[in-house]
Amino acid sequence: MNKKIAVKVDDLTVAYNYKPVLWDIDLEIPEGVLMAIVGPNGAGKSTLIKSILGILKPIAGSISIYGKPYIKQRKLVAYVPQKGSVDWDFPTTALDVVLMGTYGSLGWIKRPRQKEKKAALEALEKVGMLSLKNRQISQLSGGQQQRIFLARALVQNASIYFMDEPFQGVDATTEIAIINILKELRKAGKTVIVVHHDLQTVPEYFDWVTFLNVKKIATGPVKDIFNDENLTKTYGINYKVSIQE
Amino acid sequence: MDLQEYISLVFSDYTLRTITFGTAILGAVTGMLGSFAVLRKESLLGDAISHAALPGIAIAFLITGIKDGNVLLIGALISGLIGTFWIRGIVAKTHLKSDTALGLILSLFFGFGMLLLTFIQKQPDANQAGLDKYLFGQAATLVESDVWMMTISTGVCLFILMLFWKEFKLLLFDKDYTETLGFNTQLIDILITTFIVLAIVLGLQTVGVVLMSAMLLAPAAAARQWTNSLATMVFLAALFGALSGVFGTAISASQNNLSTGPIIVLVASVFVMFSFVFSPSRGLLFKQLRFIKNRRDLELHKTLAFMFHIAENHKNISHPHAIKILNNFQGYTRKTLQKLVKKNYVTLHGNMWSLTDEGFKTASNLYNQQSRHE
Repeated sequence: MNKKIAVKVDDLTVAYNYKPVLWDIDLEIPEGVLMAIVGPNGAGKSTLIKSILGILKPIAGSISIYGKPYIKQRKLVAYVPQKGSVDWDFPTTALDVVLMGTYGSLGWIKRPRQKEKKAALEALEKVGMLSLKNRQISQLSGGQQQRIFLARALVQNASIYFMDEPFQGVDATTEIAIINILKELRKAGKTVIVVHHDLQTVPEYFDWVTFLNVKKIATGPVKDIFNDENLTKTYGINYKVSIQE
Repeated sequence: MDLQEYISLVFSDYTLRTITFGTAILGAVTGMLGSFAVLRKESLLGDAISHAALPGIAIAFLITGIKDGNVLLIGALISGLIGTFWIRGIVAKTHLKSDTALGLILSLFFGFGMLLLTFIQKQPDANQAGLDKYLFGQAATLVESDVWMMTISTGVCLFILMLFWKEFKLLLFDKDYTETLGFNTQLIDILITTFIVLAIVLGLQTVGVVLMSAMLLAPAAAARQWTNSLATMVFLAALFGALSGVFGTAISASQNNLSTGPIIVLVASVFVMFSFVFSPSRGLLFKQLRFIKNRRDLELHKTLAFMFHIAENHKNISHPHAIKILNNFQGYTRKTLQKLVKKNYVTLHGNMWSLTDEGFKTASNLYNQQSRHE
């Protein structure tokens, strides 16, 4: 495969205190894949994403997005944080949260105008939330809140999407709606990287996978490397998943 | 003294005018910035900052030897800022949680400030008297230049707030995301924090170290009850703060010997109490009323559904049944039956009941809705 490399991570090591959370990670994510990052709790999955996005400062290593540092390429990247990372009782509406996705391209001081509002409404429609646009965000269900977060990232119109557990605590309908949008993004040539927990759905949802447990265990196409050997290496116990065809 | 007389006095009497405008502006600016503190879950930061300002006041006096309000204010500002960034530093660099860091810095700085105050009081110089008024505040010492100082600071604060409104909102809601969009979160953070410190320091002379944090929190907590929009919340908090200043001053001016600061804080607390109870969407009263109403509706629907199940088995839906069978149903009370009759869902004949057509229709709709949800 001679595809372009969208994200490249070299010798990345991250630690909060003394114990490293990520150790010497090398990773190349080709353009246009829909990739799951899997691993047990505390494996450093969120940390990896946050380091790539420049939220966390690594101890060592370098990260590049299409060959350049994140800070120069940030407009190519969109981020969907974990739903639980914000206070949903914040006094604001669904539309307002989605509008935040336009703030990055606006830059300092400039306010969103008609054009930005239109983009936000389109994104809301895409995630099926247009009718709830003026709803106070605390009055949305978990699945609806996740859709709002996804819409906020869609507004950024990026090339690479990072998502931290977008399926956590959402209903089945929302899960299907979200995965369909992610597949659409891939079809449009975007790269989508998802921290994922449910191993059963990996073969069905994703075409690329990275096994992570402090160190990188394996990375590659799901059909080649999503097997019992790598699962056991990552999760430490004799792990077996029945892969449904 | 009637109201009209008081209002004309506010505009003609120098002292009263100064205090009224001073406390109103102070209330507005602290309310505004307090909204940010409350939404960042840093409610206690105000308390720590105001206590941390005390040694700055004392040191400024020791260095300059003059008791000019603005000089002491700069001292308070510097030590307030040092205290705040120490708190941030402790939280970032150690395992201590922010409540511990706040408590630590609060008592450390306050203790040091008290030490300096007692030291100053032992000096033979007669000029030192009155520094301790910063502990509880004394609105009567406000002069026109203080009010100007507050007005200018509030103006600058308002300007910055409007200029960076989008950035402030983004940071308050989702800090990590703000970072990924390329904004310098540290810069926004420092801006917000500096203005909070400034607002607190401005109020020390009037309300004092001990009660200052209430000025920051009370208007914001009250405002949050009434709205789901950040802009409205900030506006309402400013309004509640300003009104607390005006009413507090009026009460203290009409009653002799009541000090202004504590009364302003009490008035602000009245706003909080009122908002907690009477706000239509978040208030305790309406929440409880809605809860009771929902329960009653549900009870009624459950009883109707039970009757529907019985009636369903008969060809004639209005076939009369004994009231006694209803006793088998747990939620049944005489009252609910009465209500169903009133709604024309059920008719009674002696100790027999029967569903009306309308009752049957309502119940079957109810039943369909329920099963669709499951």
